[in-house]
Amino acid sequence: MSQATLRIQKISGHAGPVPGEGMARDTKDKQVCKLVDVTTCIGCKACEIACQEWNDLPFAKTSFDNTYQTMPDTAWNYWNLIRFNEHTRDDGGFMWLMRKDQCMHCAEPGCLEACPADGAIVQYSNGIVDFQTDRCIGCGYCITGCPFNIPKFHPATHKVHKCTLCADRVAENLEPACIKSCPTGCLHFGTKDDMLDLANRRAKQLRKDYGFANAGVYDPAGVGGTGVIYVLHDTTNPEIYGGLPKDPHISWAVKLWKHPLKWLGNLAMIGGAIGLFTHYLRYGPKLEHKNGNGASAGGAQ
Amino acid sequence: MSGQANLLPNNRVLRYTFRERLIHWTAGISYVYLLLTGLAFWTPWLFWIAVVLGGASISRMLHPWAGLVFVFAVILMYGMWSAQMRETAEDKAWWDAMRFYISNEDEKVPPAGRFNGGQKFLFWSFFWCGIVLLLTGIVLWYPQEFPEAVRLVAIFIHPVCALATIGLFMLHVYMGTAYERGAFGSVIRGDVSRDFAMRHHRTWFEEILRQASAKQ
Ligand code: HEM
Ligand code: SF4
Repeated sequence: MSQATLRIQKISGHAGPVPGEGMARDTKDKQVCKLVDVTTCIGCKACEIACQEWNDLPFAKTSFDNTYQTMPDTAWNYWNLIRFNEHTRDDGGFMWLMRKDQCMHCAEPGCLEACPADGAIVQYSNGIVDFQTDRCIGCGYCITGCPFNIPKFHPATHKVHKCTLCADRVAENLEPACIKSCPTGCLHFGTKDDMLDLANRRAKQLRKDYGFANAGVYDPAGVGGTGVIYVLHDTTNPEIYGGLPKDPHISWAVKLWKHPLKWLGNLAMIGGAIGLFTHYLRYGPKLEHKNGNGASAGGAQ
Repeated sequence: MSGQANLLPNNRVLRYTFRERLIHWTAGISYVYLLLTGLAFWTPWLFWIAVVLGGASISRMLHPWAGLVFVFAVILMYGMWSAQMRETAEDKAWWDAMRFYISNEDEKVPPAGRFNGGQKFLFWSFFWCGIVLLLTGIVLWYPQEFPEAVRLVAIFIHPVCALATIGLFMLHVYMGTAYERGAFGSVIRGDVSRDFAMRHHRTWFEEILRQASAKQ
């Protein structure tokens, strides 16, 4: 990977084409991806700490709720959270589920789609979705646009923050901080193709050798695939992993709002203005004094 | 306050009191700010408006507060005008003849009271849209406090209601400035000519004349 993969391919709230679009060499094989194999995660939280350290985020107080989960949710200053669930399978087997939750870096990001501020959210040619905080206006539309509930407000500045997939490290040929810290090797990083290949082989192993008939790879098509993929013991039921959505997609309400409503609204406003002006040309004003001072009554045919 | 007090020197008639004009312009000015900043977030092609108005972060911060001012003024309007805005049989006749109003054949338009059918429609539309804009606007103000379903409804309904008011607003501004000469003066200085009162609000004006002569 190189800094060339940080060329911008999508911009939020931008009028007209994306500058430089189509100028870069084909970056398809440069799509980066994080692979999380939840079946080998031991919930040690090394990745949480590594994320805090690398991104220079203040240490947040953990809240103890009698489980192995450090925080109730991700936060503006806590981008990476291991979600913990106890799960009893249909066959009576009992499982501890650990899922690393963070921004999924969707190929079709709902946050970017919803954002009205020019350049506040960008997608690089390597697929990373990144917030440009200096351009963020604090409207919170991305919170509504995101199907994974990822962007979080800073209470004082009213700007949103989230995982950057360590875009700064990736551009320098380093893997993201979380990957680097994982002691079990449940986290992997590489090109999307490589990671999918690895994930599929592991899922096959789980199905064949470990008896997880529904094991599979989570790379949801509803958002065009993601830059973070999971190997799950049971892909038919992703909700058990701390509420991973089964079929995430940009809500139809957001799509209706951002496309048909915009065009209908713009047409109606422009049409209305033209209509009123035409009416004036055709009929002219109603003068205050009917037969007053000889002013034109307007509306001559 | 009908009757003698409405008849001013120089054949002028008092139409809007100071209090009415003040409330009208509180709503008007806050609405224009809401409109401009709202349009800036509505489409990237108009984002520059927010830049001109001091930056998009400031527009984002002040838009909801301007909304509170606007709704406050609309509620005061409700207090002072809602009784006069009730639909009457006269309004029905006015609507039926509206095409003559549009084509300036005013002699074929039936007489109207202090507010004609169109003005009443404008008032109630703004009132109800204002309430919905407030409720949805509060959700957009603090999105992190509301569940996803509520946010999705709000983000769609807020601009829909805004668009409805924008259409009416354009019509209202056109009529109040270019089309119906004398109307703008009435909401700035407060008075209109007798000619205007007779032509556009005959029932109202005749009542004023009746009360004035009854007093003498
Ligand atoms: C009544 C109280 C109101 C409140 C609390 C409110 C609040 C908000 C908030 C928080 C937003 C999100 C972005 C921003 O802050 O600018 C917004 C967007 C917007 N508002 Fe309001 N607003 C109100 C009234 C109005 C009115 C009267 C209009 C009429 C023009 C309006 C038009 C808009 C538009 C067009 C948007 C952008 C919608 C989009 O992005 O599609 N708002 N409003
Ligand atoms: S997970 Fe949410 S914040 Fe991350 S890219 Fe997708 S929509 Fe945006």
